[in-house]
Order: sequence, then structure tokens, then C-alpha cells
Amino acid sequence: MSGIPHDHYEPKTGAEKWLHSRLPVVGLIYDTIMIPTPKNLNWWWIWGIVLAFCLVLQIVTGIVLVMHYTPHVDYAFASIEHIMRDVNGGHMLRYIHMNGASLFFFAVYIHIFRGLFYGSYKAPREITWIVGMLIFLMMMGTGFMGYVLPWGQMSFWGATVITGLFGAIPFIGEALQTWLLGGPAVDNYTLNRFFSLHYLLPFVIAALVIVHIWAFHTTGNNNPTGVEVRRGSKEEAAKDTLPFWPYFVIKDFVGLAIVLVVFFAVVGFMPNYFGHPDNYIEANPLVTPAHIVPEWYFLPFYAILRAFTADVWVVMAASWITGGIIDAKFFGVIAMFGAIAVMVIVPWLDTSRVRSGRYRPQFKWWFYLLIVDFIVLMWCGAMPAEPPYSTISLIGSAYWFGYFLVILPILGVIEKPTTPPTTIEEDFDAHYGKPAE
Amino acid sequence: MLKKLSIAAIAALSLSAGGALAAGGESHIHDVDFSFEGPFGKFDQNQLQRGLQIYTEVCSACHGMRYVPIRTLADEGGPHLPADQVRAYAEQTFEVFDAELDDFRPAKPTDHFPEGGDPNAPDLSLMAKARAGFHGPYGTGMNQLFKGMGGPEYIVSILTGYTGEEKEEAGTTYYENTAFPGGWIAMAPPLYGEDVEFADGHSNELHHEAEDVAAFLMWAAEPKMMARKQAGFIGVLMLTLLASLLFLTNKKLWAPVKGKEFHG
Repeated sequence: MSGIPHDHYEPKTGAEKWLHSRLPVVGLIYDTIMIPTPKNLNWWWIWGIVLAFCLVLQIVTGIVLVMHYTPHVDYAFASIEHIMRDVNGGHMLRYIHMNGASLFFFAVYIHIFRGLFYGSYKAPREITWIVGMLIFLMMMGTGFMGYVLPWGQMSFWGATVITGLFGAIPFIGEALQTWLLGGPAVDNYTLNRFFSLHYLLPFVIAALVIVHIWAFHTTGNNNPTGVEVRRGSKEEAAKDTLPFWPYFVIKDFVGLAIVLVVFFAVVGFMPNYFGHPDNYIEANPLVTPAHIVPEWYFLPFYAILRAFTADVWVVMAASWITGGIIDAKFFGVIAMFGAIAVMVIVPWLDTSRVRSGRYRPQFKWWFYLLIVDFIVLMWCGAMPAEPPYSTISLIGSAYWFGYFLVILPILGVIEKPTTPPTTIEEDFDAHYGKPAE
Repeated sequence: MLKKLSIAAIAALSLSAGGALAAGGESHIHDVDFSFEGPFGKFDQNQLQRGLQIYTEVCSACHGMRYVPIRTLADEGGPHLPADQVRAYAEQTFEVFDAELDDFRPAKPTDHFPEGGDPNAPDLSLMAKARAGFHGPYGTGMNQLFKGMGGPEYIVSILTGYTGEEKEEAGTTYYENTAFPGGWIAMAPPLYGEDVEFADGHSNELHHEAEDVAAFLMWAAEPKMMARKQAGFIGVLMLTLLASLLFLTNKKLWAPVKGKEFHG
């Protein structure tokens, strides 16, 4: 499976040979977990395992929660309280699932930004990157629909606002919105289909995760230097790599355990910190909450959505050119999805020959600014849509698009990168020295 | 009077300090040092029982607690009343409608607290989690991180925040309240101090009563809080141990591959 030469599984006993000639499953598992992995991976590479853990955690806790949950507008909220009060361990299950979503997104954002810094999206890993972006989109859909299920005030009004975005699409918007909701407004039919999809999508994500792993096992992992593993011979490759098991499994588990210490502290001591108090009030279509705010992990994109108001010149220009078909609301929707779309196509926007940001002196600073931008946008998304936050959101959104569409293409041409080491072995030995013979 | 003035002064200060904050920032919530705060905080069983008494004698006239089963009053980590006392309490205090009998009957411990008598009075089951006392500053969430969400503090501040001013609008009387967003609340002051007599002789001053009932409502909203904190503590402890062992394993595993320790 892998392009990096290494030892493959050899069935030895008769039984092993019997199975291997019929179903080479042991070989598949062996090759997957013994994959040669660049030995210089740093701690930013642990988040993949954390994400895999999150997916399993959410599916397992979710399946048990479903056993006690009732997807009906009259009973959903009460059934959550039933879980919290009467089901054995129900309060822990629910708080783990609730905060598990936060951990999932926290991990995915670090994972994405790690890829953006070390150029993991660049050839030949474009497919890994795009599949990853698909997973991210699926996660957003799953997270959003999951938040609707408790049928609290924020569930209901969040669903109303977000599905309303589809209504902004010209010509087909209204029909599309009705089709998504299952009726004219958020109601029982919406809750039911969201429940169904919230259960389905994690399995789609699981399938995509397999494709994601398959893709980067074919190309080999990226690493902090961005230098490829030497593939001339098995011996040469062995100088740059170590098998995934046990070296990286144990290392990743160290990272995972530390992350889980923090996670359990949150679940145990402040489980509602990332939630919103309004969601402990049952949904009421007649009472609109003062502030409709999405979960923290949607805030940066929510800020981009709201940044493009009717008085911004690009919006006015777009509206004038299209004869009013693109209004401020639709522009905001395009911008929000565009903010993710520019990440999807980043493999073709970055023109630099050097893969890792470590050897790109100017890129580094633009990248750090992008992280600051992301955090500022997250903060703006939580604030009311009024000055000065609307202006800050607009500047933040402009930088987000500027980074991907302008800075990355130009920087690759004008920047003079420093020289990366010739081999991964060289980088590793520079850090840790040659092993004592 | 002095206290009222100081409250008003603090309110004015926080107003000017948080001038850029959005609507809702004008209400004043003061921090209360509850026994159940922090990673090791526990409910005070006597306080919960006093709070139950206030809820029963005062609040329940208008407000219900439809998600709270009466039997949970006997639970450990809650008011922890003896089972026979809970049965007597249910029978003597509440009547519930039984669909099978098609009639009202005295409540049983297996019933939930009934819904409130006043349709305008919100249900109190989750009130302590449905309100946040502390916000920001500037949407950063730092205050909630250090002080907690502030639901019980919000309840205390509402109960003690009446200024005595009233106004009438469209046939409804509103009462000025320093804690309520907007400053005018439709609920008449429910507690004045000395509203209930406690069997344990505990002070029934207004702020004591307000804190007791807020603590009780926190339990009603989060009855498994003590079990949760314990699970969290054990989880953190075991995972720290696991992380340490894995760290040492990892170090030993990698030692032969690395020529020297990495410094810096």
C-alpha cells in the first residue's frame, strides 16, 4: 500500500497461510500499523490520534444516548432531562458527548493549522487534504444538527437562522430551505430528519477517515521539514523512518492522555462552560432569545457570514453587477462557504517550492497572523453585529481571503526560502544526535 | 440604605466600565461564595433542605419544577431526606392530576413536582443553569472561567435586587430590580426576610433565604453535581497517572533511537 519500501507481512504457520490466501486482512492490519513514519515528527502530529479517539468517543456515547432520547418536539427536551437525572451515568454520558464535540473541533482546528504551516496539503498530498476538508464539512453538519436535538431555545433558533441561510440563495433558496426543513419552519419534521442525519453522518465521516488514512499511507506522512523520505531501498528508508507501532502509537498516546486530563477536568468541573444557558430553556417559537449565538467552533465562520453587510463596497458592487440577485445576505453565505472553499483549493494557491513553513522566513509571519485572525474572528462572532465588531469582522474576513488568494500565490514567487536539510535523518540527528552505537 | 447605595454605585461603576457591552450588561449580579463551587465544592445538605422549605412555602405558589422527580429529595448528594419524610412531604404538599383516575390525588414520591399555578411564572427546574450571572468581559468568557456561570448568583441577585419602585404598564405592574435585564421585572418581590421559620433555627434574613433557595435550585438543575465532580476527579487522577506512565514508556522506547537528550 505504501510507496515507502518496508517489510511486509509474511504468513508463517499453515493457518496463517490458509487465511492469507483467502483474505489478507492480517497483512492489511500489519502494513497499516507498521507503516514507516518519518522519525522527526514533532508533537503537533498527535492530533490525528486525538481526532480518531473523538470520533469513536462520540459514536459510542451517542449510540447509548440514543437509547434514551426521544426525537419529538414534545418530548426531546424532557428526554434529555431524563438522561441527566434518571439514566445510570446519563449525566456523564451526555456531558462527555456535549464537550466531546468541543474537543473534536479544537483538535481539528489544530490539525488543520498544522497542515497549513508544514505544507501538508502540497503535492503529492492534495487528496489527503481535500478528503480532510470533506471530513471537516461533515463534522460541521453533524455538530450543527446535534446541537438541535436537545430542543432548547438555542437549538431551535440556531436551526432557524442557519437553515435560513439557504433561503438566501436566489431563485431556488426558498424551495431548498423548505426541502431541508421538511416544511415551512423548524418543527417536528426538522427535528426528525436532523436526528436521522446526526446518526448517519458520523459513519460517513468514519468512511472518509479510512480514505484519509489510505491516502496519506500511500504518499507517506509529511514531516516538519517537508523533506520526503528516501525511497531508494529499504535500508535507506529505514534511516529516515521508524515503524508507526510502537514508536508513534506510544508517543501519540502520551499526547492523547494529556489532552484527556484537561478534557475530563472540563467535563467534571465545568461541563456547561462551552454551552449556552439559553439551551436549558425549552424551545419556544414565540420567544426569540436576545442573542442568537452558535457554538464556539462555528464563530469564526459566523463572523465572516455577518461581516458583509449591505454598506460594504464589494457587496454593493456585486449587487450592482448582478442586478440585485446577490444581496448582502447571499453575499454573506457565499463568503462563509468561500472561507472553507479557499482552504480546499489551497494546494493550488500556494506557489512555493518549499513545503514546510519552517524554511520560509516571510510565510511564517503571515501564517501567525492568520492564526491571530482566526481567533479575532471567533471573538467577533460572539459579539453583537454592530460597530466596532462589524468593522473588525470585515478586516478579519478580508485577511482570511487575502491570505489564501493573494499572499500565498505571491509569496511563493517573491520569497527567498532558507535551505531545508537534505534528509529527514539529518534533521533528526541535528536535534537528537546520532544514536550511540 | 447604605447597602442599596453601594449596590447602585457598583452598578453604575460596572455600567461605565462595560459601556461598550451589549444589552443585558446593565444588570448587576454579585458573586456569592457558595459551598458547591470549585472542583471540590459540595452541596450543603442543610442549606438544600432550607431551600426546599422556601420553595415549598413561597415559590411553589406560582412556579413549578416539572422535570424534578420528588423521590430525588431522598438522593445522596441532594437534600437527602429520609424516604418516609419524602413520602409524607409529597402527600401533604402537592396534588397531581392522575389520568388513570381522571381525578386529582395526593402526590407520590414517584411523581414529579407539579407545574406552577401561574402560567406566566417560568418553570424553575433548570433556572440555575438557564441563566448566566457572569459574562465576558468582552465576550472572552474569562469571568465565567473564574467565577462560574453564575446562575445561582443571578437568582440571589434577583431576589435581593428589588429597589421598592413600581410602575404600571398596560395593566401589568413592574417592579424595579437591579439584577433583571432591563431593570423592571413582572414578579412581585417574593421574599422580604423572615418569610419562613427554619426548624434548625438558621437565620431567615433576606440574603440568607435568597442564598438557600438559590442553592436548592442549583441542586434541582444539577442533581448529579457531586457525583459528576467525583467522577471528574477520579478521571483526572487516573488519566494523569496514565499520562505519566506513558510518558516514561515513551522516553524509554525512544532512548535507543536518540543519541542524546534534547536540550531546548
